[in-house]
Amino acid sequence: MDEFILLMRHEDGGKIASPEQMQIWMQQTRDWINSIIAEGKFVGGTGLPFDGACVVDSAGIVTNGPFGDIKETIGGFIHVKANSVEEAVAFAKGCPVLQGEGNTVEVRRIAKNHV
Amino acid sequence: MSEILMEDIRLIPHLFRHESGRIISALTNYWGIQYLEDAEDITSDTFLKAMEHWPYHGIPENPAGWLHRVARNLAHTYYRRNRLFQDKIVRDLGMGSTQEVPEIVFDPQKIVDGQLQMLFRICSTDLTPAHQIALSLRILCGFGIEEIATALLASRDTINKRLYRAKEKLRRSADFAMTISMDKGKSIDSVLRTLYLLYNEGYYSESNDQILRKDLCREALYLTHLLLEDPSTCRPDVYALLALMSFHASRFNTRINQMGEMVLYEKQDPQQWEEKLIDQGVYFLHQSAQGDHLTSYHLEANIAYHYTRKEEHVDKWKSILELYDLLLKINNSPVIALNRIFAFSKVFGDLRAIEELGKIDVIPNQYFFLLKGVLYREIDHDKAMVFFLKAIAVTHSERERQFIRSQYLVDEAISFLYWH
Repeated sequence: MDEFILLMRHEDGGKIASPEQMQIWMQQTRDWINSIIAEGKFVGGTGLPFDGACVVDSAGIVTNGPFGDIKETIGGFIHVKANSVEEAVAFAKGCPVLQGEGNTVEVRRIAKNHV
Repeated sequence: MSEILMEDIRLIPHLFRHESGRIISALTNYWGIQYLEDAEDITSDTFLKAMEHWPYHGIPENPAGWLHRVARNLAHTYYRRNRLFQDKIVRDLGMGSTQEVPEIVFDPQKIVDGQLQMLFRICSTDLTPAHQIALSLRILCGFGIEEIATALLASRDTINKRLYRAKEKLRRSADFAMTISMDKGKSIDSVLRTLYLLYNEGYYSESNDQILRKDLCREALYLTHLLLEDPSTCRPDVYALLALMSFHASRFNTRINQMGEMVLYEKQDPQQWEEKLIDQGVYFLHQSAQGDHLTSYHLEANIAYHYTRKEEHVDKWKSILELYDLLLKINNSPVIALNRIFAFSKVFGDLRAIEELGKIDVIPNQYFFLLKGVLYREIDHDKAMVFFLKAIAVTHSERERQFIRSQYLVDEAISFLYWH
């Protein structure tokens, strides 16, 4: 079985969202992860605070986020097990982040640590 | 695996919204109203932290306690780092001493104190009711701009401006040293008025968002209920207002049908009225019957009580009429006067009610014409239709126009079809 990272890209919603909206997002994300736990495919994951995020470029210049012209950036990721990239994509499709226009979930296979 | 799901804690609805009001109020109570915006920032950062942790690691067993702990830690860090601290040092240096960072505690008593303090501050600051309502929704009830705009049928821009100005005034009120020792007894009248208006905003709002309208009513009930927690504000008129809100709330679901149209009282299904809320109202009404001060809330609550009695009975309308007579003496408003005439017609008949209507001095609005139409319905059908059409002509509300058409003009349209 392969393992995948699902990277959630979205805007920093915390600045505009109401407490009610945040509770709804939180619960939806929890429910989504719960459905993956129920299949025994959840390995781990975490949210990534936008606060204090920065980028270091090849010239060693450090800039504060957001990153470049796009407003969407990685707000969190989860690590899952899946039999195929299709199964991992199916998990990704359930991600509540995708309710927001322009938001994405990137699916990446983790390189296996053996030959 | 399903055990994990079974054990997963589900949050109570609106937890973040309610905790928002609690945390902001508590922090401002510690720091002073000048730091309202900082308290708001810390509160939304607290929810962000929950969003970053809970979905991945599970919802904590005591979610509110978790939020309070995080808010307290964020607040302490903030307090040490920021301008607030420097301000204090400068001031304290002048006084020749340095103070310890105050320990912030979120215990139930402190939370309620903070909320009451904020409620009184908002309601006794010199603001228009519209500003007080927007501010209460934002600060005490944790509503977002979008939610307030939808509930109050205003643009986001309007609400933003309203909040900005209201907060400015609120900050300035700090200069007048409104501290915890504030005389709650004196300013409670304005608090009750704001809560009453907040409730009405939800109950009579034309917003199509039924859930949000209900939320407004629920919040008003919740804030009014808070007043019972403090001995100095646990008063008969508070109970009376709670009774009024409970009785109205019991009929909330039947007032608007699934198409979002208003339903006439006589066409509401009493089976759908919420018995539990009626019982709650009766309890509060009993509690309100103390002392010798009869307020308009007492009278309105009693009227609302009679409206929850299902059976049509002449005594019911006699009681309602008597209550309206008393209410008019306290509050001589056109709406009350028109409502009184309706009750009058139920007791003395339409003809005498029309005479009575001729005696009152009101500027004819849609409710005036509507009532006149209703009173003429059995006496002179054509005349009644003319008044209904007049009511349609003067109202600015599309929903009311629709309502009058569907409730009063439909019968006419049907008979017209049969004739031809």
